[in-house]
Amino acid sequence: MGETRELDDGFAKAAESERPRVGRPLFARTRRTDTPASTSAEATVAAPALASAAIPVSPSKAKAGLLQELDASDERAEEALNKRVPLWIKAAIAASLVGIMVLSFAFGRYPINPVELVQTLGGLINNWLAGVMQGAFGVTIPLVDVDPKMATALVNIRLPRILVVVMVGAALAVAGASYQGMFKNPLVSPDLLGASAGASFGACLALLLDLSNIYVQLFAFIGAMVAVGGAVWMNKMVNKYDAILGLVLGGMLVSTLFQSCTSLVKFMADANDKLPAITFWLMGSFSRIDQADFWMILLPMVLGFVMLILERWKLNVLSFGEEEAKSLGINTKRVRLIVIFASTLIVACSVAVSGIVGWVGLVIPHLARAIVGPNYKVLLPASMFIGASYLLLVDDIARLVSSTEIPIGILTAILGVPFFIFIFRHNMKGW
Amino acid sequence: MALEAMEKGGAAAAVDRGAVAGGAGASAAASAWRVHESGGSLLKVHDLHCGYGRKEIVHGVSFDVARGDFVCVIGANGCGKTTLLKNILGLIKPLSGEVTMEGKSVLHLTDRERAQMFAYIPQAHTPPFPFSVADVVLMGRTPYVGRMSRTTPEDRRIAWRAMCLLGIDHLAQRTYTKLSGGQQQLILVARALTQQPDLIIMDEPTASLDFGNQQIVLSRMKDLAKTGVSVLMVTHDPYHAFYCADRVIVMKDGLIGAEGAPRDVMTREQLEDIYHTQLNVIDVELSTGSRTTVCVPL
Repeated sequence: MGETRELDDGFAKAAESERPRVGRPLFARTRRTDTPASTSAEATVAAPALASAAIPVSPSKAKAGLLQELDASDERAEEALNKRVPLWIKAAIAASLVGIMVLSFAFGRYPINPVELVQTLGGLINNWLAGVMQGAFGVTIPLVDVDPKMATALVNIRLPRILVVVMVGAALAVAGASYQGMFKNPLVSPDLLGASAGASFGACLALLLDLSNIYVQLFAFIGAMVAVGGAVWMNKMVNKYDAILGLVLGGMLVSTLFQSCTSLVKFMADANDKLPAITFWLMGSFSRIDQADFWMILLPMVLGFVMLILERWKLNVLSFGEEEAKSLGINTKRVRLIVIFASTLIVACSVAVSGIVGWVGLVIPHLARAIVGPNYKVLLPASMFIGASYLLLVDDIARLVSSTEIPIGILTAILGVPFFIFIFRHNMKGW
Repeated sequence: MALEAMEKGGAAAAVDRGAVAGGAGASAAASAWRVHESGGSLLKVHDLHCGYGRKEIVHGVSFDVARGDFVCVIGANGCGKTTLLKNILGLIKPLSGEVTMEGKSVLHLTDRERAQMFAYIPQAHTPPFPFSVADVVLMGRTPYVGRMSRTTPEDRRIAWRAMCLLGIDHLAQRTYTKLSGGQQQLILVARALTQQPDLIIMDEPTASLDFGNQQIVLSRMKDLAKTGVSVLMVTHDPYHAFYCADRVIVMKDGLIGAEGAPRDVMTREQLEDIYHTQLNVIDVELSTGSRTTVCVPL
């Protein structure tokens, strides 16, 4: 009742503030009977409410008056409709990622204290700049001595790992957020269409065949792409009218199929060496990351991010459902294929280099939504930053907690559950 | 309504749309709405056969909607009303026949062009995410925004006028999902106006609303129609058709049973025939002195 009451107040308020001269409600106006001039086209579209029985107002005057009032209210349009996420929130999200990246440089098996960290990083940047300046302009900058051991640890081991973790975290979170909008369901994660199951099978197959690491990654990538392609194809085959339902079913079927195949591979694998390797791969880890991994996934990752970011407004509309999105002018089929392709591309890259890292794609979009709201224009970038920060933090924990590194897939799941409960209880922004 | 009388009607529509797309010019301010002279032919449905797959549900339907018309479609469940609307909106391809808007076949339009002509108001439902009302109304600009999907001040001005017009401007910063059904429905109406369509199509917009909210939404629609907006509405309640329609189309088993002014078409015999129930159609005098017609089951 409270809300109805408020609605009525709203109408009363609107009528009062905009038309103080007449005591009639906003739309009290008749077309065919009120004024003698009603045969003219102008009268047909004359202003509501101003032409009252008590105070006859000519249509043109009425129009001018109403337009003036609406013009005056235009000033409030920007204030009311162009509300943005406060700058300090955006700055805090970006700063936390930078902060965690710096921390990640310092932490590790080979401890580097902050002073050494700054000295070494500064020295490396100085020496790099010196090389560039020397080559390009012939300007000589004095070189700084850098501890080679520290330099190796930072540049060859920690830097690629940090960059890859950042990309994977951003990829899983942004893919999860996109899928949640597209499937109109906040409980969806990026492996809905079978990407993880396909990647697992591909990687397990490569491990079973004793192929080298690069092939494991390649097989995982192809497996993910094939699985999602299969789900999309099944949707096309079985279902003509409800694409979302068809895709979810297709994803379930493909996932089940590939999971069974993975089990079969495990069953056939040698229990002494290959089965542990497979099991370990499936738990996910960033411990083997090197520079080559970073360069390999850079291009497809950036491509996928750009494609998703370009569709971010359409994801808002898609979350209202197929028919509404279509009636608002969106080629839903095309947008869906773009979102599925881009998400699968970045998730496949992630899984290929890191194995299965669950929960990030489900939890982070909720956290981002709690902070910046559900509008995809800000939600997608926010998810990327927060996903990157979160995964980097979890990876630091994985590196530091025990002498042998804990597989990151285990940690994201263990931390994900309480985290999810916390977000659900404190997400005051709706649903 | 930000009423800019477009006295020239049809031909001016394209020009006006261009002006709006052009954006920033403050002097173009007056043309935030495209309102046309009544009576010009707008939508023509010609011998439309449609259905799902090979199953034909609508067997050859022809009718016109003129500019400024408020047309209601009534009929029993399953008689093809919604299927008809979906075809007009271009959501399903017809089996045969044609739907044209101002002489252009709807089938050949892109989704974007179609959305600039038709606005669809579904039953209010709750999306999964807590969008703000401002976000929801601004979605009406989707068929006009560019590749980067940025809304311009002009877009926001148009959305704002729609909200002021419907008296929901005070809700702009509220959360859409937390509002009542009636408020949500008015927000969807504002979103439809923000699309600046030639024709607003509604599929039982009041079906999930309580009695008071039904009346609020219907009276707003009726008043909007008076300002030159054309409306095609499917409804289950004969009283709604009596209340706001200029013209009624009665559908029966995928065909048009009757078409005309509400009083002429919605007779006791006709309504008993389509709803398979006994009823009375009664003229009553309201306490305000005006007369209306109601339909009461026996």
